[in-house]
Amino acid sequence: MCSLCGILGGNEHWADAVARPGVYTRNTERLDRRRERANRVHAANRVLSCFALSLSDWQGSSYVIANRTGKSEMIEDLGHLWPAAEKMTGRPLDPLDPDLIARMEALHGSDVR
Amino acid sequence: MTDLPLFTSVNLLTGFLGSGKTTLLKRLLADPSLADAAVLINEFGETGLDHHLVERIDENMVLLQSGCLCCTVRGELADAIRDLLSKRDRGIVPPFRRLVIESTGLADPFPVLSTLKADPVLRHHFKAGSVIATVDAVNGMRSLDTYLESNRQAAVADRIVVTKTDLVPDTERLIERLRRINPDCAIIDARDPGLSVDALLSDVGRSPGSRSQSASGFYCEESLDLTDAEGNPHSARFRSFSISVDRPVDWTAFGIWLTMLINRYGEQVLRVKGILNLAGEERPVAIHGVQHLVHPPVHMEAWPSADRRSHIVFIVDGLDPGLIKRSFEAFTLVKRAANGGPQREVPDEGPMTVGVGG
Repeated sequence: MCSLCGILGGNEHWADAVARPGVYTRNTERLDRRRERANRVHAANRVLSCFALSLSDWQGSSYVIANRTGKSEMIEDLGHLWPAAEKMTGRPLDPLDPDLIARMEALHGSDVR
Repeated sequence: MTDLPLFTSVNLLTGFLGSGKTTLLKRLLADPSLADAAVLINEFGETGLDHHLVERIDENMVLLQSGCLCCTVRGELADAIRDLLSKRDRGIVPPFRRLVIESTGLADPFPVLSTLKADPVLRHHFKAGSVIATVDAVNGMRSLDTYLESNRQAAVADRIVVTKTDLVPDTERLIERLRRINPDCAIIDARDPGLSVDALLSDVGRSPGSRSQSASGFYCEESLDLTDAEGNPHSARFRSFSISVDRPVDWTAFGIWLTMLINRYGEQVLRVKGILNLAGEERPVAIHGVQHLVHPPVHMEAWPSADRRSHIVFIVDGLDPGLIKRSFEAFTLVKRAANGGPQREVPDEGPMTVGVGG
């Protein structure tokens, strides 16, 4: 357990398994691991920005989710991201919300080939 | 003991009340290849009977009675499995290589799977094997019409055994109906002489050993509406549909999208199963999820066919397939313009003002 944040270690999230095998789960390939984490933070922020939230890496081991007033919470992996984000915004964050989809389409250019 | 597998497979046998679970279990246990399996039977009734019917009482047979596995005795399930594990390690029970759990007919299969995954001890010793559901040819249609649990069991199963086909030989419509609920599932007739323990219990798709997509492939391309016994449209709650896309999927974005979807709609996303063409990866990756539980993705060794598109099959309860498809595409597909890499810049348009709740 991390004595600072009280999170029990060793909890492997399914999304950690694939990016590059071992990037998240083994203590090798530190640069790749950092790169993947930066990637993930970036991808999460694309969605979170729609709700005035942001995610940042914390010491390469956890993440910090924050809103624009500075309220922040530490989360361990993707499994905790959305419950924490919902708690912070006080409303359900719905990936099937047509307005959010339209916003993501505009960001992503889903029809751009 | 050294030859015990690192992770003991746990197979779940589910099926509606009276659909032939115990009969099937009895038949399976008669097979010599299951001689070293431990069995855990859960019964709802006041007095447990099933373990007598199975006719195999030994130290590796555990009965959990007076309560349903998915709710009241869930903690007891974890305790019972831990107890078996501890006894195996101490040499008190014969070493078992597999655990078969027979659930009550009313149980939602999902909590059993999640117990394995969530328990800090169990998840290091056990892995979820295939889920087998029995559906009986006599009452199957009616159960599917009437009981939500029956639909959930069929949707979550990796293999469905249609029982009592000696009473009702014509099972075409039942099978068609099951196929619509769960397109990517092997459906086996209980009378089939090929019904072997291996065929039923071997891990599907997600086994790192086989590294291949389930042989059954993907059965449906279009969204199908379920119909009841008379052929009328069913309460279009349970739907299965598949999404196929050409553009590569950004795994990181996909992880964020699927966790978001499952966080909000976990109860309603009964199954997600697919094969993804990931940006920057030569080999496909197979994903497999049941409600809130997503199994570790598997890097497959090769594409099963020349088709390099990503395919995902969803089985949902009351969600709009069109919206899921649009959402999936908007969140997870790689934009082609940026040299194959994911789009990076985020225009700062400020937060959304829509859908404000609390």
